[in-house]
Amino acid sequence: MTDIAAPPIDAATEHTGGRRLSVATRTYLYVCLIVVAALVIVPLVSTALGGFKTLSDLRGNPFGLPLEWQWSNYGDIITSQRYWLQMGNSLLIAALTVFLTLTFAAMAAFCFAHIRFFGSDYLLNYFLTGLMFPAATAILPLYIRIRDLGLLDTYWGVVLPQVAFGLGMSIILFRNYFRGLPVELFDAAFVDGCGYFGFFWHVTLPLSRPIVATVGIISFVGSWNSYILPLILLNSESRYPWPLGIMVYKGEFSTEWHLVLAFITLTILPTIIVFFLAQKHIIAGLTAGAVKS
Amino acid sequence: MNTTSILAKSLPASGAGITGRTNRRRRSFAKSKWPVLVVFLPPALLLFTVLVILPMGEAAWYSFYNWNGYGLPTQWVGWRNYQLVLRNSAFIQALINNGLIILVSLALQIPLALWLATMVTTRIRGALFFRLIFFLPYVLADVAAGMIWRFVYDGDFGLAAGIAHFFGFEAPFLLADRDTAMYAILAVVVWKYFGFHMMLFIAGLQAIDKSVLEAADIDGASGWQKFRLVTLPLLGSTVRLSVFFAVVGSLHLFDMIMPLTGGGPSNATQTIVTFLYNFGVTRMQIGFGSAVGVILFVICVTLAFSYKRIFMRHD
Repeated sequence: MTDIAAPPIDAATEHTGGRRLSVATRTYLYVCLIVVAALVIVPLVSTALGGFKTLSDLRGNPFGLPLEWQWSNYGDIITSQRYWLQMGNSLLIAALTVFLTLTFAAMAAFCFAHIRFFGSDYLLNYFLTGLMFPAATAILPLYIRIRDLGLLDTYWGVVLPQVAFGLGMSIILFRNYFRGLPVELFDAAFVDGCGYFGFFWHVTLPLSRPIVATVGIISFVGSWNSYILPLILLNSESRYPWPLGIMVYKGEFSTEWHLVLAFITLTILPTIIVFFLAQKHIIAGLTAGAVKS
Repeated sequence: MNTTSILAKSLPASGAGITGRTNRRRRSFAKSKWPVLVVFLPPALLLFTVLVILPMGEAAWYSFYNWNGYGLPTQWVGWRNYQLVLRNSAFIQALINNGLIILVSLALQIPLALWLATMVTTRIRGALFFRLIFFLPYVLADVAAGMIWRFVYDGDFGLAAGIAHFFGFEAPFLLADRDTAMYAILAVVVWKYFGFHMMLFIAGLQAIDKSVLEAADIDGASGWQKFRLVTLPLLGSTVRLSVFFAVVGSLHLFDMIMPLTGGGPSNATQTIVTFLYNFGVTRMQIGFGSAVGVILFVICVTLAFSYKRIFMRHD
């Protein structure tokens, strides 16, 4: 895509410099920011609070605090097997996807970054075509392919396509990073009799933690949130990841919104907690794919 | 061998090209590069070819058949699937909706993101907190965001009902009404993605050389003049990038529509991908669905190339 000459997005550093702002400007800023923040927060908070209400309480009072806190709404879900099963499925699929994406993409990118071989440019462009279209375009042939491979309704049947569609972006991110490593390392390693394998394992990988984190975050978030591939490639509810699980739950408890809200809250809670704990890395990771490729 | 020993010995080394451009390197290591290529390339190459490129090619092939997915496709129908797709009013509606999403991104979302980016890069307390809050919807899964807004729009239990009752009128069912459903979805799209575009603009703003703005200050430029004449032109590449992602995002949009409306009421909120799902996948119309996929592919590739050629050639 493009290279805009920007540093990694650093959301965790306050900016200094420039003039101090006048009181009027400051008031204006705060009013605008708080209004927008409220538009973001209110749906989320009322979802979480709604999970504590009874249905009739929710009908009369969708915004406010619950009249009586119904802890059992949450309690029943969190002690239910289906909640943990879904979370476990999502985690397993995401972990496998991340592991394979990192391994395959780093290995391929290493070849593109350090080795000149016949057709390397064409091969790299071949991988980059994968960036241009969404998985949805080929979803039906993909379904048939996975079915014919006997992987339908298995974890691998979801993991492998996710890895395949993530390879283009991951390879380009890895390759750009590997090419930026100091040239001297390579020479020194070769003088020491270190082959390509040794160089990859002992030099490239230990120095690549930032890019491993970036690619890992992109592929984890993508897999954790993915919906269309598992929707088409999985049939048994026992293997559903949570985005599918939410839809099934909503289907079962269609108008019992208080339960649905509790369920939504519990499923997005891990995301929100991890986001606030690792916000710096997540923001940098998710925007790096956009800015650097 | 460990890393530190290599690092220590790396100091006296000369600076020959790491990509192996020098002849010396190529001669001495030409033999040893094949094992690594043979081991490192095939896994990615195989997976990518089998699950990305071949399915895309097969989509083109299947799109000329009438086929339910079992056995081999035998019933050749020529361009009929494409004709059926392009004549389908739901597909036309999907195209219009995708265009509408792009339009709203350009007219509303990107200006909003830029406006917020300029505000959260000022020296005020809590700017970082606001950035996090604005980025939060982007991190949530589309399905979860769609479900949350399904609740917000609900006319019986949702926030829309609460607001309507507060002002003393009947609660509307925005998502069940052909005329309002798409606008309701557009609002969710903006809510979900403005934070991502804001982050792009923050990166763009951080890259601007402060001395240019100080020079403008000294010349007596007002805040608005500085923004319009200095900041905005310097953000050109970021704006183009942001537009690119808005367009691509619109063409991918599926996950969020499903919990909100599933494409209904009466196809008013289909996008290309929901159309593909509702008409191709759920009915196992492999040929028809593949034709939709090929059309989407052509749209994506055309847009990517022409956009790059026209707007991004200087970036």
